[in-house]
Amino acid sequence: MAEQILMKGNEAIAEAAVRAGCRFFAGYPITPQNEIPEYMARRLWEVGGAFIQAESEVSAVNMVYGAAGAGARAMTSSSSPGISLKQEGISYMAGAELPALVVNMVRAGPGLGGIQPAQGDYFQATKGGGHGDYRMVVFVPASVQEAIDLVGEAFEIAERYRNPVMILGDAVLGQMMEPVTLPEPVDLSKIPQKTWATTGTGGARTPNVINSLYLDAELCEKHNFKLQEKYRQMAEREVRFEELNVDDADIILTAYGTSARVAVSAMKRARAEGLKVGMIRPITAWPFPYEPFRKASERVKAFLDVEMSAGQMIEDVRLAVQDRAPIFFYNRMGGMVPTPKAVLEEIRKIEGSLERDGLGGRLRA
Amino acid sequence: MSTKVFERPRALSDVIFHYCPGCTHGIIHRLVAEAIDELGVQDKTIGVASVGCSVLAYNYFNVDFQQAAHGRAPAVATGIKRSLPDRIVFTYQGDGDLASIGTAEIVHAAMRGEKITVIFVNNAIYGMTGGQMAPTTLVGQSTTTSPGGRRPERAGRPIRMSEMLSQLEGAAYIARVSMHNAAQVARAKQAIKKAFQTQVDGKGFAMVEVLSTCPTNWGMTPNEALEWLEENMVPVYPLGEFKTEPGLPGPSAVGATTPTREVKTE
Amino acid sequence: MIVARNSRQVKGGTSLDRKVVFDEERCKGCELCIGACPKGIIHLADHFNSKGFHPATVSDEDQAKCTTCLLCARMCPDTVIEIFRPDRVAR
Repeated sequence: MAEQILMKGNEAIAEAAVRAGCRFFAGYPITPQNEIPEYMARRLWEVGGAFIQAESEVSAVNMVYGAAGAGARAMTSSSSPGISLKQEGISYMAGAELPALVVNMVRAGPGLGGIQPAQGDYFQATKGGGHGDYRMVVFVPASVQEAIDLVGEAFEIAERYRNPVMILGDAVLGQMMEPVTLPEPVDLSKIPQKTWATTGTGGARTPNVINSLYLDAELCEKHNFKLQEKYRQMAEREVRFEELNVDDADIILTAYGTSARVAVSAMKRARAEGLKVGMIRPITAWPFPYEPFRKASERVKAFLDVEMSAGQMIEDVRLAVQDRAPIFFYNRMGGMVPTPKAVLEEIRKIEGSLERDGLGGRLRA
Repeated sequence: MSTKVFERPRALSDVIFHYCPGCTHGIIHRLVAEAIDELGVQDKTIGVASVGCSVLAYNYFNVDFQQAAHGRAPAVATGIKRSLPDRIVFTYQGDGDLASIGTAEIVHAAMRGEKITVIFVNNAIYGMTGGQMAPTTLVGQSTTTSPGGRRPERAGRPIRMSEMLSQLEGAAYIARVSMHNAAQVARAKQAIKKAFQTQVDGKGFAMVEVLSTCPTNWGMTPNEALEWLEENMVPVYPLGEFKTEPGLPGPSAVGATTPTREVKTE
Repeated sequence: MIVARNSRQVKGGTSLDRKVVFDEERCKGCELCIGACPKGIIHLADHFNSKGFHPATVSDEDQAKCTTCLLCARMCPDTVIEIFRPDRVAR
């Protein structure tokens, strides 16, 4: 039985990254993720890595670009406003085909917003916050352990496809403490060599160039087709989700991250009251798990989407469900976190309206 | 019998540069390549191209290269150098890239004493985008965004990056040179070589600011542009070495500094 | 003997080696070399290269006046120029 220790989300993510072979971190202070750079400032030097508190989030993501291009497992973290600053760098990394990990501990927005949890960056993360036609795998863990497990996968996926990967958390995940098991450190010598990296030619090969500029439109289009093929493969192979109690459910909840924890509690209480409630929990926001929603929408009576935003993931749910079933919506914003009690109230309301209408209800979000 | 005494350096690619006729980028590229050849570091050099006329620099050198976003080259170079400390990492940046959008990145790379070599090509204008004002544009100099000449009350006065950066202790070598005649080009070569040697010796941040021309956007012939450079830019941007060692600038540096107090840590 | 893109041997069969050789296809006619030459022996040729530039050149007769000072080669932005310095012959 592996040892369990109590760790704060931010620190656990940092330690998981170090164990996954991360040897370069650049970041900048911003609440609520400061523990990540603080942890890396101590830990990374211990394993022969390099930590830099950059002059800005812009600079930090460009340092990650350089380190990744030089073959290192590189990472940056920030929170919403800082992630906005990184969008140029993320687009450049996608265009130059560089692997890297970007961690966003989302806080309330827009603008300076607040420092408390939110989920208002879903669009930015999944519909491309940066310019151009690119995608990246976006993990949305709902527990500290899940975040730890996904960090290692994130680096592998990033390198498999030569593309940035994001872990989209929130202030709750970053600040909460949970008992976790840390993975064994990766054997760095087992990580496949990056023959494309700029390490100096050594006189043994022609120069490698890391670049996203294609002034010739035909060549640029060709490059874009290549990128799109990668994203198609990611969409096919990297979808993650969890289904709970969906087989006999009348109402299916959907939420990710912290909202999912709240929704699961509400689901359990609803079940205890005899209500047939299930849950689909995306673990990747991109690629989004359209299929389980599509399937469920053929027999379920309603969905309830719970988010700490004005409604961003719900658009993907609508894409999957179309008008086969109504999609209800419960949300908090500004740093407010939904409670299981409030979500249960919504479930009861929906149940009530479904009974009244008798037709599965046409009340839509 | 004869001996060949001048040819293209090995670190310079055998391709025709896209630069305008008489653009000093071509000279500076060659000087950088000569320095790389003479120091024998071609096999372990990694260059960082910036955004400007020299955006295609990655095609012109026989070394690994990364293309950086506008202004970010010192950050990209930091990421490379910190990951591969024994390689030679250099950036090649214009005045918009380094002194406008990239001001934070260059100041902090120098502050941290990043062991990189920066080639700063200052031609007082934005070339690639068609001749807009640069932070280094001279007062009275006409550009497309300072038509009729740069006016201090609207757009301030030129920025002197070499002087500014030499105030930082992490800066180990800061020099300003010029392209305006062959003798100056020879001096520039020596400064560029010294800037690379600084990195080989692991001493800290090194930068050479190279006063350059833009005949096309200045609206002159290449030779006229060299004269304009000598007559107008050199008085505003004095030539010389501002820093030859890391630490506080010495008495010969421009401007006074107060010594920083050392804070004791555990 | 190295034969450059433009032959170092002067046409007409004399044994005069060219000291300054211009790779005409690289030249953009910028005239920086002309401005640099202390002997004033460089000029733009009447013919064009394939890009439409008049390449810089030194006439056969003026080759002898070249002191291989290297100033033209140093000023050239396009590595057009190669310089060959005659070896001293021991008497």
